[in-house]
Amino acid sequence: MKRVLFGLTILLALYACGSQETANPSSNATDAAKPAENTGGYDPNRGEGKFKDVVVNPKLNATLAESGNKVYAVKCSSCHKTTEEKLVGPGWKGVTSRHSAAWILNFITNTDEMITKDPKAQAQLEICLVRMPNQNLSDDDAKSLYEFMRKVDGLQ
Amino acid sequence: MNLSAKKLLAAASVICLIGVPACKPKNAGNAVSADAALKAYVAPGKYDSYYNFVSGGFSGQMAVYGLPSGRLLRVIPAFSVDPEKGWGFSEETKPMLNTSHGFVPWDDLHHPELSQTNGEVDGRWIFGNANNTPRVARIDLATFRTAEIIELPNSAGNHSSPFITENTEYVVAGTRFSVPPDNVNGDVPISTYKQNFKGTLSFISVDKGDGKMDIAFQIQCPGVNFDLSHAGKGKSHGWFFFSCYNTEQANTLLEVNASQRDKDFIMAVNWKKAEEYLKAGKGRKQSVKYASNRYDEKTHTATSTIKTEVIVLDAKELKDICYMIPCPKSPHGCDVDPTGEYIVGSGKLAALIPVFSFDKLVKAIAAKDFIGDYDGIPVVKYESALYGEVKKPGLGPLHTEFDGKGNAYTSFFVSSEVVKWNIKDLKVLDRVPTYYSVGHLCIPGGDSKKPSPKYLIAYNKITKDRYLPTGPELAQSAQLYDISGEKMQLILDFPTIGEPHYAQAIEADIVKKNSVKFFKIDENKHPYVAKGEGATKVVREGNKVHVYMTSIRSHFSPDNIEGVKMGDEVYFHVTNLEQDWDVPHGFAVKGAVNAELLIMPGETQTLKWVPDRVGMFPIYCTDFCSALHQEMQGYVRVSPAGSATPLTFSLGATNTDKSAPKSK
Repeated sequence: MKRVLFGLTILLALYACGSQETANPSSNATDAAKPAENTGGYDPNRGEGKFKDVVVNPKLNATLAESGNKVYAVKCSSCHKTTEEKLVGPGWKGVTSRHSAAWILNFITNTDEMITKDPKAQAQLEICLVRMPNQNLSDDDAKSLYEFMRKVDGLQ
Repeated sequence: MNLSAKKLLAAASVICLIGVPACKPKNAGNAVSADAALKAYVAPGKYDSYYNFVSGGFSGQMAVYGLPSGRLLRVIPAFSVDPEKGWGFSEETKPMLNTSHGFVPWDDLHHPELSQTNGEVDGRWIFGNANNTPRVARIDLATFRTAEIIELPNSAGNHSSPFITENTEYVVAGTRFSVPPDNVNGDVPISTYKQNFKGTLSFISVDKGDGKMDIAFQIQCPGVNFDLSHAGKGKSHGWFFFSCYNTEQANTLLEVNASQRDKDFIMAVNWKKAEEYLKAGKGRKQSVKYASNRYDEKTHTATSTIKTEVIVLDAKELKDICYMIPCPKSPHGCDVDPTGEYIVGSGKLAALIPVFSFDKLVKAIAAKDFIGDYDGIPVVKYESALYGEVKKPGLGPLHTEFDGKGNAYTSFFVSSEVVKWNIKDLKVLDRVPTYYSVGHLCIPGGDSKKPSPKYLIAYNKITKDRYLPTGPELAQSAQLYDISGEKMQLILDFPTIGEPHYAQAIEADIVKKNSVKFFKIDENKHPYVAKGEGATKVVREGNKVHVYMTSIRSHFSPDNIEGVKMGDEVYFHVTNLEQDWDVPHGFAVKGAVNAELLIMPGETQTLKWVPDRVGMFPIYCTDFCSALHQEMQGYVRVSPAGSATPLTFSLGATNTDKSAPKSK
């Protein structure tokens, strides 16, 4: 019971963080804190990050999906299954129909900010209680992972 | 710093009795003005503007503080084991502490020195010396970890080290104890000191690209004690200056017997000349044994190589490498001003500070203006090398730093003060008390061509009543002074680890931009890495069991292992799969006669465990990693030798095993 309460405390702390800008420690003289890039409306379909208008090919790029599988094995498989089963994080089955391509690409490359801002990500955090780590994926890693997710979802 | 402390303390107390005002300032209130707190205050969440690298003294480590706050940021393990970080305990780091004597778990680090380019601190590496078992460490300031340690043959008490030349061409190491060279029988009567004992200076080359160190050559010198040193710069680039004491060549009761002479020496070494002799083949190869230990950031593993040869140049035979400059009395600090013209000797028993002129020294050498020789080394006439003397500056001068604005700052151990004086006219400008018995000083870049003279830090030997008492052993201490104005102003006391000797400071902006946040898992070349949970496994090779394990918030894979048997050696190779900043995982196993592992993101580290009994052994993550950190655990089952338990491993298997042996 104690542990559950503890988890909740952390969660509350995270929520508290959410109301502020991203903490950006700076030295008194040199670093100016970055202004928040998007103070206006948050787009819950697109999420937030560098991916905006993602054009998706209706056909699967099998080579790309295969390199995504390799990234998955090293950086994702510890916590995500490719079935519907939740491990540490949710199973991936169906993920490409639950979220837009841009949302997924932004979430896996701009994880911290998305967890803080996105309602769906916050709801997921309440279930999983572990903040998804930022695994520092390159843009190419992210695109290949998305292709792998599409393959998992049965795209040919 | 090596002082006959008792004697100096005795001297200090005598001086107190006769009432020199600088000795025991009345109290802190008198010395601190009202705006001091504001000047040292760095608000929560804000960065300090300087890194301060402070020797950990007899802790063997190097500590990193922020200035002006005095906040402790990190203790970098160097020469002593550090169970908290697994340093010297993990299989990967054990070779770093290997020496020709075998694994040495402790040393005494006195002097940090930052690498320089064109005489300015460049923030790439910082070097440290091991005073007991002579070694030099190179710490990489991208990772704030010890990247390399090299041992020094023919040496004992590596004290006048690890000072560097203005482009980090060389790190030097002068031996504090003279000893018989390593290749001759050292089993000689102590009374034969004068015949058999030699002093050795090592010149360690530093690769410009990757920083790798090698002993380029050694210079064999008369048997004296080398204390401190500094390289020439600018016009005096190509020269090195070493303070020498015990020129009496005493081997007992040095407190008295090494303080007989009115003057000892600063030895000037023309290392460019030494390079020429080396090239001309004038060195002799000597067989020795020393360790060269390097840490590879790609394999995350150190290797220790024992090397067996060094080239020695004889200062007595090769006449124009070394020259002695007389210096009163038992000089400690040997400091060169930012222009390279002035060499300041601090005779710790002297009542004045001699300032030597490089131009005059060069002229005197050219004119052979010598008063004789010392064991074959020409002795330059004192007055011919002297620029002038600072008269009655204080008692027990030890060490001088510079502000680049024409001023020098000298510490006075006996009179517990810092004295600011002008180099040109040798006049004292200001003095402030220290609490108490200051050793070294530090100004950021204060021994380079371009100091950043905002602060001065004094490192004290005695704290007495400055902090809450903590039993017989008290906090070590440093004091921060604002030197941006004409008068020095004490603004902060801060406790330090070990015993702080020398220190270096550098503007934070030069270093912080290079700081590594995590190791890229794609680049991990560790032979036992598991890149992803699919690659985890447990492999038996005879009685060795290799566990290829991963950690991520918040579980290990595998977390259940069975089939380990008594007599096995188990190696847990733990790869941290995280790829973000500030997510280390720890690893510990019950009963291991060992420390923990602390594994940075993307890194692999190995803990060796030899089970001592049959049973179930919990493993867990020691570094709080997430809300479910307390769930990050597992079990290893140990069965009797020769039992039939198969080697199995799993993660997330929930079936119950009915064949498990009943507990007795």
